[in-house]
Amino acid sequence: MRIALEIWRQRGPGQPGQFVRYEVPDVSEHMSFLEMLDVLNARLVEKGEEPVAFDSDCREGICGTCGFLVNGAAHGPLDNTTVCQTHMRHFRDGDVLRLEPFRAAAFPVLRDLVVDRGALDHVITAGGYVSVRTGSAPEANSILVAKPEADRSMEAAACIGCGACVASCPNASAALFTAAKISHLGLLPQGQPERSIRALSMNAQAIEEGFGHCTTIGECVAACPAHIPLEVISRMNRDFIRAVLTRRDERAPAVTVPVPHPHHRVVLVERAQK
Amino acid sequence: MIERPAALAPSRPALDARIPSGPLSGKWDRRKFEMKLVNPANKRKYTLIVVGTGLAGGAAAASLGELGFNVLSFCIQDSPRRAHSIAAQGGINAAKNYQNDGDSVERLFYDTVKGGDFRSREANVYRLAQLSVNIIDQCAAQGVPFAREYGGALANRSFGGALVSRTFYARGQTGQQLLLGAYQALLRQVAAGQVKLFPRHEMLELVVIDGRARGIVTRDLVSGAVRSHVADAVVLCTGGYGNAFYLSTNARGSNATAIWRAHRKGAFFANPCYTQIHPTCIPRSGEYQSKLTLMSESLRNDGRVWVPKQQGEHRPPDQVPDEERDYYLERMYPTYGNLAPRDIASRAAKVVCDQGRGVGPSGLGVYLDFRDAFERLGRNVLDERYGNLFEMYEQITGEDPHRVPMRIYPAVHYTMGGLWVDYDLQSNIPGLFVGGEANFSDHGANRLGASALMQGLADGYFILPYTVGDYLARGGLAKADTSHPAFRDAEAEVRTRVEKLLGAGGKHPADHFHRELGNLLWNDCGMARTKESLTRALQEIPRVEDAFFKELRVTGSGEELNQELERAGRVADYFELAQLICRDALEREESCGGHFRVEHQTPEGEALRHDDRFAHVAAWEWRGRDEKPVRHEEPLVFESVPLQQRSYK
Repeated sequence: MRIALEIWRQRGPGQPGQFVRYEVPDVSEHMSFLEMLDVLNARLVEKGEEPVAFDSDCREGICGTCGFLVNGAAHGPLDNTTVCQTHMRHFRDGDVLRLEPFRAAAFPVLRDLVVDRGALDHVITAGGYVSVRTGSAPEANSILVAKPEADRSMEAAACIGCGACVASCPNASAALFTAAKISHLGLLPQGQPERSIRALSMNAQAIEEGFGHCTTIGECVAACPAHIPLEVISRMNRDFIRAVLTRRDERAPAVTVPVPHPHHRVVLVERAQK
Repeated sequence: MIERPAALAPSRPALDARIPSGPLSGKWDRRKFEMKLVNPANKRKYTLIVVGTGLAGGAAAASLGELGFNVLSFCIQDSPRRAHSIAAQGGINAAKNYQNDGDSVERLFYDTVKGGDFRSREANVYRLAQLSVNIIDQCAAQGVPFAREYGGALANRSFGGALVSRTFYARGQTGQQLLLGAYQALLRQVAAGQVKLFPRHEMLELVVIDGRARGIVTRDLVSGAVRSHVADAVVLCTGGYGNAFYLSTNARGSNATAIWRAHRKGAFFANPCYTQIHPTCIPRSGEYQSKLTLMSESLRNDGRVWVPKQQGEHRPPDQVPDEERDYYLERMYPTYGNLAPRDIASRAAKVVCDQGRGVGPSGLGVYLDFRDAFERLGRNVLDERYGNLFEMYEQITGEDPHRVPMRIYPAVHYTMGGLWVDYDLQSNIPGLFVGGEANFSDHGANRLGASALMQGLADGYFILPYTVGDYLARGGLAKADTSHPAFRDAEAEVRTRVEKLLGAGGKHPADHFHRELGNLLWNDCGMARTKESLTRALQEIPRVEDAFFKELRVTGSGEELNQELERAGRVADYFELAQLICRDALEREESCGGHFRVEHQTPEGEALRHDDRFAHVAAWEWRGRDEKPVRHEEPLVFESVPLQQRSYK
């Protein structure tokens, strides 16, 4: 089949970019989307033109490296599937596809379809872990975890950190990403001692990084390749509000608390640190 | 044998593995007790470089940072969380004996030595089995969401034909969850100021000063800046080299450049010919194929492998009657059947396809059929076990395994060879440590399922943090900084290489040559190797390499994000490595594990070892581009597990 691509080309961070049209006249239905781009790139190099930069690594949908918008949808038209796992049999001869990088203030474009998602690492650095020293762990079966909790924790832990949730959110919020980690650890006994400080610190960091607030639109869930459920955000909000309203951890950062207004609008209330 | 000029004989015994004396079970404790410790107040004065952030590198950097050392952590990916450990599906072995089914450290040790076809070090493997227990404790405490039983205890499954259930797992995403545990531990040290991260940085040189590893030169993959980094020791955990074959189950970015650069600076490369070819991968569909996808071998618990008895069978699989099907694994290995070890199952698939009985458009495939299992267990049970794998298969191939049998074919998956290390995971260059798949240490000639994750984490959490500290505490390190001529020389080498690639002046992208190299290696040094095929490969590879440097085109410049340039640099190194792989395979005149020399097989077609001549590690020394490498030997002594022929009949 013949596919036309309109691809965002941008040489470097902060530089102007534009859409450039390319044709791939002989796409096989068995190719993955990224293999089609490999074919395009090989031909561009043969012609002496610069190939399109895009990130990918495992090409099995687990590493979270790949991702861009295809006709406005993060990872393309298939729900809950990374673009590397999207095969060309889902497209038709003559389709015109517009590829652009994930758009978010916190994800600066590095080149073409490649963005910097370091902000997500910073959110984890703020508290997305259990503070356990190497070698200090108790015997594993001394920590019992009920199967339903373990399963729900695993469901949240499956996040691949690709950033599709941010790219598809009108607020460019990282709520689904942040909440997935908060839920993964908060559902387990191992995560309890730091549950409050984690909710405060990670949310404060997300704001610091330039991610927006969550208004529970749910676009993130449709785009998420790892099937992270929306309920993780409720769980995060609960942990967060509880942490704010109960005794503050002395290490807690100053936070902006979203409080639901009676008229269902979200009003931001600044709480001073004690 | 390759000639070994007497004048070049190394001054110290080059291949002393420094295995502690005493009984096997007490060696690691003894070694730990003999170690010197760094005064806690002095730890902050030391800087360590850790390259790679997979299970081994992430765990090592986190643990060393936690001990108080300053750690610089480098990875080529945009985040440490993306290292290829993340793609491991099946699980991680540990001798916990939670199932009360007779497992023990001794049994895990025994299985691993036997599985490796008696080409690994007993002392290393024993320590690995001992530490497996601590790994599970550590990961559970970090919040790794392992599968649980209803009572809340950890669940296990049997894996890769083991007779005990010792595999811990987190859905089909065990590698992901273990890696995220290590990644989170690493970022905790970043928050504490102990670790500094360098994502999107590629190590392009090792710097050796006064015979010790003292730093690296990197290229910033975003800006193109070439920079030197100095340290008191360097730890490489940069994974395996399966991508030398072009198509493999490795990630696109996985590469051998870091270990190859270290090899060229003097680090010995051990057993490069030991490559693992995994039997259950999705066959390739066309020339454009960029990688191969593994289907967890747990599928072989319920799927039956077959090909038509007749060549040129064109009927759809469901119309081939049972009497015209050859369930060849069940026929050849009645005891283990479809669960025969990876190397054996892979070779059998090649044999039937070479006979012209392969299936699918390319003829390079065999059926993995769940028809009987669906009848016996029902769809619900199978979907619970393999639902995500069925889904993944359908996503890639467009075929529903509920209705048509899967098609599978072997693919390069893991490399047991790697940089030579002693018991302390230190290479023959003092101060250069190597962990995880990048070293050669624990799997011998064949790795068992669910053992790679175990080894990576044992190295990272529980071995390197001790042995690196011991090295530092023994002192003798002179002051060094990046103004040293060795750094300037290394930087110059990097720049020269980058310029050479950019100036090649041809018209084909690096992948074009990489594909050709991969085909060559796969055909001549893949599942079955002969003296003839290896000799041919050793003549052909330099020809393709020449063409590469003449006809390559790298667009763009070195001072920007340039993925063509990254690939070209890695492919250039694969040409040299590929020759070493073939040379090692040619010299090893026996069959063992993943290394099958057609000339050396039993009358039944099984791998035939020659323990009298080859019960040793072959470690290769680089002597320059125009010189033959020198082959050193480290004898392997088997005191606890008697040498025997593997039998899975």
